[in-house]
Amino acid sequence: MNEKIKKWLYPTIAAIIFIGIWEAAVRSFNFFEFILPPPSDVAMYIWNATLDGSLPSAICVTLKRLLIGYAIGLVIGIPVGMMCSRFTIVKDTVGILALGLQALPSVCWVPLAIMWFGQEESAMLFVVVMGTVWSLILATEHGVSNIPPIYLRAARTMGSKGLHTWIHVIAPAAFPSILGGMKQGWAFAWRSLMAAEIYVTILTGFGLGQLLHYGRELMEMNQVIGVMCVVIAIGLIVDKVLFSPLESSLRRRWGID
Amino acid sequence: MSLHTELQNVTAKLVVEGVCKSFNSANGRVDALQDINLRVNEGEFVCLVGPSGCGKSTLLNLVAGLDKPDKGIISVDEAPVSGPGRDRMVMFQEHALFPWLNVFDNVMFGLKLKPNLTDSERREVAKFYLNLVGLDKFAKSSIHELSGGMRQRVALARSLAPNPRILLMDETFGALDALTREQLYGELQQIWQKRKKTILFVTHNIREAVCLGDRVVLFSPHPGKIVQIFDIDLPRLRDINDPALTALSSEITATLKHQIGANVAE
Repeated sequence: MNEKIKKWLYPTIAAIIFIGIWEAAVRSFNFFEFILPPPSDVAMYIWNATLDGSLPSAICVTLKRLLIGYAIGLVIGIPVGMMCSRFTIVKDTVGILALGLQALPSVCWVPLAIMWFGQEESAMLFVVVMGTVWSLILATEHGVSNIPPIYLRAARTMGSKGLHTWIHVIAPAAFPSILGGMKQGWAFAWRSLMAAEIYVTILTGFGLGQLLHYGRELMEMNQVIGVMCVVIAIGLIVDKVLFSPLESSLRRRWGID
Repeated sequence: MSLHTELQNVTAKLVVEGVCKSFNSANGRVDALQDINLRVNEGEFVCLVGPSGCGKSTLLNLVAGLDKPDKGIISVDEAPVSGPGRDRMVMFQEHALFPWLNVFDNVMFGLKLKPNLTDSERREVAKFYLNLVGLDKFAKSSIHELSGGMRQRVALARSLAPNPRILLMDETFGALDALTREQLYGELQQIWQKRKKTILFVTHNIREAVCLGDRVVLFSPHPGKIVQIFDIDLPRLRDINDPALTALSSEITATLKHQIGANVAE
C-alpha cells in the first residue's frame, strides 16, 4: 500500500512543482500570451473546450481513427509477418518492402492518401495503417524466426502440427517480440496521425490535430498547449492501460527481468 | 476411453534394423550412424553411451521420428516408424517446457492433443502425473519459478502424460548439478518400475548409464556404430555411489578408451 502511494505521490509532486515554476515564470517575466501562456490559461482552455464539447468530440474522432487503423494494421501485420518467416519468397519480397517502408515516416503518405481517398476518414486510416503495419511485420517475422527450435521439436513429438503449432506454440513463443512491434507500431501510428491531422483538414471530422492547427492559426497558444497536454495524457493512459499490463504479465510468466 | 484404461501401463518392443544415417557437413559427408541393429524389449531400460559425435542422439531422433534414416527400418511393436507419434515421447537436455504456460498447462499440452478423452479426464491424468513426480503443489507455478531439477520433473510428467509406450531421453540430466541428478536417478528408476515404460536413454556419462540401464549400449564415433552391449545385472534401486556399480562403469570406460584408441590408430 505504502509503495503504491509513493508511486503516485512522486509524479504528482513533480508535476505540481513543474506547473508552479511555469506559472511563476510567466507571471514574473510577463511573457506575451502567444509566446508562452501560463498553465492556468491552458487549464481554462481545457475546461471550456470540454464544456463546449469541442475537445471531447475531437478526442473521439482522433481515437476512432487511431483504433480502427491500428486494428487493421494488427490484422494485416501479424499474419503477413508470420508468412514472411515461413516462406522465403514472401520474406524476400514483402519483407524487404517492409524494411524499406518502415524507415519512411508515414506522414509522407499524406499527399498520396488525399489524392487516393479524398479529404475523408479513409485517408487518415490509410496513414495510420501505413504507420503500424510495417514495424509489426518486421517484429513478427523476427519473433517467429528466433523461436528456439527445441519448442517446435517438443511440440512435434507431442503431436502438434500445422495450424495447431501456429496458434499454440509459434504465436505465444513469438509474442514478446510481437508486443514490441505493437508498441512501436502504436507510437508510429499516433505520431503520424497527429502530423496528418495538423497537415490537412479532413472534412468528415475534426480531430485533435485540427484543433491544434486552428489554435495556431488563431494565435491561441493556450489551445495549442492544451491539445498537446491531451495528446500526452492519451499516450500515457494507453501505455498504462494497454501495454503495461500486457508487459508485466509477460514478465511474470516468462520470468524476464 | 475411460480414465482407468488411460492410466494403464503400456509398453512396447523397439526394433532397429540396419539403420544408416549420414549428414552433409562443411567437411563433406559424415556417417553419423552405420548399420545399427538393436532390439529393446518391452519395459526394458536401455542406455546409449558414447563420446560426442557417435550418433547416439541421432539414433534417438530417428526413433522419435523427428528425422528419417537413409537406410534400414525402425519399428515399434512391428509397426514401422514414419514420423513423430504419441507412442514415443521425448525428453530433451533442455527441459523444452513452454514459458507461456504454467506447470499444469505444460503437462496438459500433449494431453489436449490426444483424442477420445474428455477435458475433465485430461485434467485428472495431468494431476496424476504431477503427483507422480511430486510437483502437485506447483501446478499453478510459472516455469521460471522452478529449479532445474523441478523443471526436468515437469518435463518428465509432460512426457508421461499422453501415456507413451516408449520414453526417449536425450541427456536429460546433463545440465543439472550432481546432487539433483542423483536424486532424479532414484526417482526415475521408481517411476519406471511403476509405469513399466520402455526407455531409451542417451548419455555420455557411463556411470549414469550403468546406474539406470538394464543394458548399456556402447557407441564409437566416426562412423557411429555399436561397439559392445553390456548387461547390467545389479539389483534395483541402484545408487550411483555403489562400489559394484563404480567398478562396472570403470570396466566399460576402459573398453571405450581402448576402442577410441584403436580408432585413432587406424
